[in-house]
Amino acid sequence: MSVLVDQFSVFVNGFWLTLQLCVLSAIGALLIGGIAAVMRIAPAPPLRGLGTAYVTIFRNVPLTVVFFFTVFGLPALGTTADFLRIPILDLAFPRLAIDLPFFRFAIIALSLYTGAFVCEALRSGVNAVSPGQAEAGRAIGLGFRQNLWHVVLPQAWQASVVPLGSVIIAMIKNSALAGFFGLTGDLSQSGAELVTVRGFPVVPVFIGIAVGFLVMTMPLGLLLDRIESRGAMTR
Amino acid sequence: MTVLYDAPGPRARRRTVVISAIAAVLVVAGGYRLVYQPLADQGQFSAELWGPLLNPGNEQFSLVWRRILEGFQATLIAAGYAIVASLVAGTALAVLRVQLRSLVLRRFTAVGGPVALLIRGLVLLLMWLTRFCVEVFRGIPVVITIFFVWVALPEFGITFETSRWYLVIGLSIYNAVVIGEVLRSGMEGLPGGQREAAHAVGLTPFQTTRLILLPQAFRIMLPALISQLVVVLKDTSLGFIISYEEALRVGSQVVQVLENPIQVYTVIGAVYILVNYGLSKLAQYIQRRQSR
Repeated sequence: MSVLVDQFSVFVNGFWLTLQLCVLSAIGALLIGGIAAVMRIAPAPPLRGLGTAYVTIFRNVPLTVVFFFTVFGLPALGTTADFLRIPILDLAFPRLAIDLPFFRFAIIALSLYTGAFVCEALRSGVNAVSPGQAEAGRAIGLGFRQNLWHVVLPQAWQASVVPLGSVIIAMIKNSALAGFFGLTGDLSQSGAELVTVRGFPVVPVFIGIAVGFLVMTMPLGLLLDRIESRGAMTR
Repeated sequence: MTVLYDAPGPRARRRTVVISAIAAVLVVAGGYRLVYQPLADQGQFSAELWGPLLNPGNEQFSLVWRRILEGFQATLIAAGYAIVASLVAGTALAVLRVQLRSLVLRRFTAVGGPVALLIRGLVLLLMWLTRFCVEVFRGIPVVITIFFVWVALPEFGITFETSRWYLVIGLSIYNAVVIGEVLRSGMEGLPGGQREAAHAVGLTPFQTTRLILLPQAFRIMLPALISQLVVVLKDTSLGFIISYEEALRVGSQVVQVLENPIQVYTVIGAVYILVNYGLSKLAQYIQRRQSR
């Protein structure tokens, strides 16, 4: 168990990098998923088709394949995802600006993959609003945009908070894959290195990694349970 | 989505057509500019890169496809074992947790005194232990579980000839916990009258779970179970981390020879999409049939 004490900084640094990756990927996924959700409820068929195609592809393909595409496909196209070197953001997240592209690749893969699930969570929220609500809004003379903004979206938001939360929890767990695709220093890669290269005992390292992930996923899960039970009471 | 807007009149219909046309042009132009052109500039559409995958006349075609199909076969075998194992273990876990919950409420007055106290303490301990295991293994990434199963089991003297079994064990631990929770919530969501009626006709608690609650929970939760199968199938691709020769691992071997990552992973991704899309459509179909 001494490895947990001796190598404590390794675990903390790994946790910190994984957390950064999760925050940035969550932002990306919410942006992409939001846009895709708008496209999927838009009245124009081509936009709907594009949104549906995106969701179908990324929901059914393993995240591993997405990672293969970004990590081996993007360099084959001669890009290192430099558009993610966002000037002010890289002060808070220094990994964004370094030459090794794997942190940026991981963000792209996780955002693209999770965005599809975010889109579905948002859309299921909109679908959960009973048609009577939208009809009543129309009946009192609200236009499409007013109806969406004042009647449908506030209720849809309530219905999609819990599924959105589970999508984000799943994304945090999926972020472990980044360590096996070139990212160095995150929780999973540090743990794997401690065990395979530096020969530390397996069980304590596993406990350390597990605690690192549980610190992120468990509070979120408990929070979701509370929101869910409160929502069930108010309705 | 028709509830959001009124049935469009002539003007709205015209506007929709115009917007659709503009959107279509934008989508096509964007796709051309952002996807097609960069790929074409890099020569990614050349027959040299696609030939081994698409042209049956290519001398490497049969070899490449034989390897890829072997890979998918390995994927399906591992997924099959993992699905069966996690269904069995998940059902056992769900039954155990439901049983423990009903045992906690019993006072064991028949055995009396310290023995009853001991049994109740044991039940409580088991309940918290299973709860703890469920929360922990649900909260840890599958990759980490698979990786550490692969590293840890040999250290405890458990070795297998192929890495398939490490993958199956790792996948089963995670999915058994998830399926167990799905079934448990299914059983607890049933109307209380089901359990009471079973008690009233003289079934023991275990019989009640086995004959009354579990079958209904399985039926109600069937769509959720099928989407979990999709998850298992997708997660089998994590086997490449522990060098199990499944579809992706084979794909990367092909890439090492042919040097066409984009093409090979496109083909493998397409196969995954086809299979998983079919499975999720099946889940939707079952859900619709049930809700009728």
